[in-house]
Amino acid sequence: MRQLITFIRKEFLHVFRDRKTLLMLFGLPIAQIVLFGFALSNEIKNSRIAITDYSKDAVTEQLISKIASSNYFDIQRTVQSATQLEAAFKKGDIRMAVIFPANFGNDLVHTGKATIQVIADASDPNLATTITNYITRLVNDFNTQTALAAGKPLQILPEMQFLYNPELRGAPNFVPGVMALVLMLVCTMMTSVAIVKEKELGTMEILLVSPFKPIYIIISKLTPNLLISVVNLFIILILSSVFLDLHVKGSILLLTFDSILFILTSLSIGLLLSINAKTQQAAMMGSMMGMMLPTMLLTGFLFPIENMPLALQVLSNLVPSRWYFIIVKKVMLKGLGITAVWKETLILTGMCLFLFAISLRRFKIRL
Amino acid sequence: MPSLNTPPVITTDKLTKRFGHFVAASELTFQVAKGEIFGFLGANGAGKTTAMRMLCGLLKPSSGKATIAGFDVYTQTEKIKRRIGYMSQKFSLYDNLTVSENIRFYGGIYGMSTAEIRAKTAELLQELQLEKEAKTLVSDLPLGWKQKLSFSVSIVHNPDIVFLDEPTGGVDPVTRRQFWDLIYHAADRGVTIFVTTHYMDEAEYCNRVSIMVDGVIAALDSPSRLKQQFGHDNMEDVFYELARNAKRKAD
Repeated sequence: MRQLITFIRKEFLHVFRDRKTLLMLFGLPIAQIVLFGFALSNEIKNSRIAITDYSKDAVTEQLISKIASSNYFDIQRTVQSATQLEAAFKKGDIRMAVIFPANFGNDLVHTGKATIQVIADASDPNLATTITNYITRLVNDFNTQTALAAGKPLQILPEMQFLYNPELRGAPNFVPGVMALVLMLVCTMMTSVAIVKEKELGTMEILLVSPFKPIYIIISKLTPNLLISVVNLFIILILSSVFLDLHVKGSILLLTFDSILFILTSLSIGLLLSINAKTQQAAMMGSMMGMMLPTMLLTGFLFPIENMPLALQVLSNLVPSRWYFIIVKKVMLKGLGITAVWKETLILTGMCLFLFAISLRRFKIRL
Repeated sequence: MPSLNTPPVITTDKLTKRFGHFVAASELTFQVAKGEIFGFLGANGAGKTTAMRMLCGLLKPSSGKATIAGFDVYTQTEKIKRRIGYMSQKFSLYDNLTVSENIRFYGGIYGMSTAEIRAKTAELLQELQLEKEAKTLVSDLPLGWKQKLSFSVSIVHNPDIVFLDEPTGGVDPVTRRQFWDLIYHAADRGVTIFVTTHYMDEAEYCNRVSIMVDGVIAALDSPSRLKQQFGHDNMEDVFYELARNAKRKAD
């Protein structure tokens, strides 16, 4: 036990002496979250939109001029018919269309209520959300103003419709995605590099000749990385809560548990990589290329897995981050409990045990 | 001087290692006495590393017998590991740890207590005249000091035998000479030194020398007798005469 503590202390010394790596370790998640938060909260000005007015009355005239006078939108007057709209959407000429139905004025006068149709291109979900929020706000403003002027309640209801990506996947997906990516990358890279470094230095030989047990080497290498990753996890959660207004809806305990499970899985992958890598560069490249691409592509946060070819869908089942991503979304965003994620947790546990077992076995064989 | 009255610390009897059809080390038979400086010479690929790895308990022999400090290399590797030290040509120190942190670490993995380590650290630093550098990072030390520190660290746990794998690579002759003073000092205290080297002047410093060619021990005796036996006046020529007949390519 004393031997183990000696070794773990040494590992922490390595980590804290290497300022550059330390900076990168904690800088990576912070940069990701802040950059994304900035991109998200950034105002979108002069979005090109189309307005089709079938009603052509005084109220629509007023509302349109209100929309036009805001500097959020740049109204494309040429797009009028339904076919023109579709073509303009497809070409990317417009991001949103506002349609006043023919009976709009009539409805408003007789019932005090009318609807307008708002169609947004949701292939960029952030943008779609933001600009539809703008239009809703404008319409609500308009409602209050006209109600005050008329002395009776008037209600114009915007009816939202999102094209191409009706679920608006994106914004809240990003944080779980960043969590999966950062944890996976940091864990695999840190671990594989830490072990390969010992090989390069020749210190691994000494350790093997010493009575120090191989399993202790592994535990010592994993402990600091596990702790760093848990700290990283909380940095991401705090940042996303402060900057992105994205709070953990479900149990933090469950989220932490599953995250640790995912971290251990990634650490095992790092261990496995280190066994075959001869140089630190090779280990680094292996972690970057081998882990980053599958994690980015097959996790589902950049590209929806359902839209992928079957072969890739099947393949994505093997990517641990995919399951972790689902867990985080369910627990963090939807506030669901263990009953909703037990399957994913079980799969992750299985992967973790399997990977750790083979890396342990391979590690011993190499000694 | 090596002690002749105590039982040998290393004995091997027809120790052999095969990798498939390739015989890396064939029927090695020799004994090394307590406190002896035993030189293990051979061209690259002659089988030195394989032999050394078997003696350290890292590689299971294919056949033959060997005991290290009285323990069997087949069944008692864990006990062997407690009784041996090892230093490689890479010096095996952690660059971003200080001198005393390195000593503490290596003492620690051999299970030494904090008090033992503290005493040993003071002793080593004094012996190496490195007291002022205790808190210096190893990366800031000159090569010669790293080498001496590396050797001291390899015997920090008072092993019976220390294996030195080409310990003097890349250092100048003066530093090498100083390094050998350390080795003699350790041997005087009864530590058996098992050393591989490519420098023939170093072979002269050994009590006995074995020369491996193509996996077998081609010659084994004291440097003076080897020179006599082969009719040369230096070890360089003895080694060359034996090694030039090698059929194996260096790996």
